[in-house]
Amino acid sequence: MVSVNNNGHSSALIQVRGLNKTYRRGGEQIQVLQGLNLDVDKSDFVGFMGPSGSGKTTLLNLLGGLDVPTAGHISVAGDEITHMSSGRLTEWRARHVGLVFQMYNLIPVLTAYQNVELPLLLTGLSKAQRRQHVETALSIVGLADRLHHFPRQLSGGQEQRVAIARAIVSDPTFLLCDEPTGDLDRKSADEIMALIEELVAKHNKTVLMVTHDPLVAARAHTVLHLEKGVLVEASKSRQNVVAGGAA
Amino acid sequence: MKFSRLIFANLFRKKIRLALTLGSFAVALFLFAFLAVVKKAFTGGADLANASRLVTINRVSIINPLPLSYRDKIAAIPGVEFVTHNNWFGGVYQDERNFFPQFAIDTENQRKVFPEFVVPDDQWNTFLKDRQGAVVGARTAKRFGWKVGDRIPIKAPAYGGGAAWEFNIDGIYHGRRAGDDESQFWFQWDYFEERMPANFKGLAGWYTVKLKSPDDALRVAKAIDADFANSPYETKTDTESAFAASWVKQFGNIEFLIMTIGSVVFFTLLLVTGNTMAISVRERTGELGVLKAIGFKDGTVLLLVLAEALAIASVGGLLGLGLAFLAIPSLSAALNGLLPVLVLSRSAIAGGIGFSLLVGAASGILPGIGAMRLRVVTALRRV
Repeated sequence: MVSVNNNGHSSALIQVRGLNKTYRRGGEQIQVLQGLNLDVDKSDFVGFMGPSGSGKTTLLNLLGGLDVPTAGHISVAGDEITHMSSGRLTEWRARHVGLVFQMYNLIPVLTAYQNVELPLLLTGLSKAQRRQHVETALSIVGLADRLHHFPRQLSGGQEQRVAIARAIVSDPTFLLCDEPTGDLDRKSADEIMALIEELVAKHNKTVLMVTHDPLVAARAHTVLHLEKGVLVEASKSRQNVVAGGAA
Repeated sequence: MKFSRLIFANLFRKKIRLALTLGSFAVALFLFAFLAVVKKAFTGGADLANASRLVTINRVSIINPLPLSYRDKIAAIPGVEFVTHNNWFGGVYQDERNFFPQFAIDTENQRKVFPEFVVPDDQWNTFLKDRQGAVVGARTAKRFGWKVGDRIPIKAPAYGGGAAWEFNIDGIYHGRRAGDDESQFWFQWDYFEERMPANFKGLAGWYTVKLKSPDDALRVAKAIDADFANSPYETKTDTESAFAASWVKQFGNIEFLIMTIGSVVFFTLLLVTGNTMAISVRERTGELGVLKAIGFKDGTVLLLVLAEALAIASVGGLLGLGLAFLAIPSLSAALNGLLPVLVLSRSAIAGGIGFSLLVGAASGILPGIGAMRLRVVTALRRV
């Protein structure tokens, strides 16, 4: 159990301490995140909400090692990622982070199978082992019969399923989902959320998700609100997520 | 290679653009191969020249003759093994476009001085006994469908008012090495001398000197020219290689011309393919961002872009070289013997492949570095 606004040591899977991110636009400095603290345990499902420009995607990028903070620390499963070199951070990302984007971001010239296989090309797995992993991931998302379809031959919901399969195929430590249902109709969005819930419940995945949609956010175990770079509210809080900000 | 499917898929993303880029490479490499064989045709004589041979011509120009009496004086210079003399005939077979070189030769020393030209002994012996006999290179024989035993009329505009001279084809010679000139037509000096106007008799076009050792070349050349200095027929003696090179220079600086055209081709191709690769990478910024986001390292992204550029360069280059390989014999035939036989040598093919890969690497490196330096967050915003 971690206390609110914890800025000390904890045993959480993801620990964020005093996280700051500042952008320079023209001569002006824009502080996107301000002294943010966050602890997330394994198998939790956290939703981040907030108005545009509140820093949700920036927080997700920092947690995923896609961007570096101006100040503060992020530790995942004991790895302090804020001081890693670009090369090491890329390696770390390949091992620990599964990414799901709003626009799916599949490679259009590759089939579903080939898209899902991409993260495995960076591992030492044999072709047969890769095939086994890809088929498993596509079965989990219900697309075992769409292996050789190109993205243009799939519906939006199916494309997002392929993207989720790509995110989980290397069995990462946690998933980052940036508006995973933002481009989908309600029915497809429900299906995707059911799939993400299943990943958490059945496969013990840890999921951090950004969304604008309160109905989608309500599916998370915990919903955190970001406003002006500060985590200002925690709702539906369960015992293993504690959040806060310096403000 | 694990990434081959990704590279292959990216190559075929825009099929028309791929076809046009491959076409650019193919055309450029075809031109490269053609320039290489033309350069070789012009300079090949110098490359094939025998280091143990000297060529002595009139100091004024090769058009001016030298006295036949020089032969014995040259032969007497220490270091000289054999001397032979030739004269240019300049005849026309059927039509002026049917050009091939014809020489009146010194039958006694021809084969001793030019051992690279092989004539079967029985044919040579027939030739020696036949005053109107001729030995022809295999290439020319093939060109006109001549065979041993044929009787050939050749008009001689330079001698005898253009009347036709009759020759019997007694032999066909072959070169020992690829590139040896198999286009020549030899006939007996005695036949030539017999039909010459009186003012042409007793004169040779040039002498070819076979040395005992190539180390003597400079000394013997100086000795020959010194012997005939201040005479009505002063000489200029060079190694066969220098003579061949100066012959080529008469046509202008061919090497410079070819290098200039080649450089223009290189830089045009580089700009075209560089632009194509840059557009191709820029179109995929978002996808490259995704690859980097899921763990592709900067170096891997650079290699993917370079691999695409090199694949296009290799395929396009091989296509062009293949076309050149098929087309050059026809082009060579169409030149009607104006140049020695055009041969696409292994070194030209290797040079062409190297040229392709160099252009491919150069065109891919800047877009590749751009892709490598992409910030993931920035790239993902462009999806």
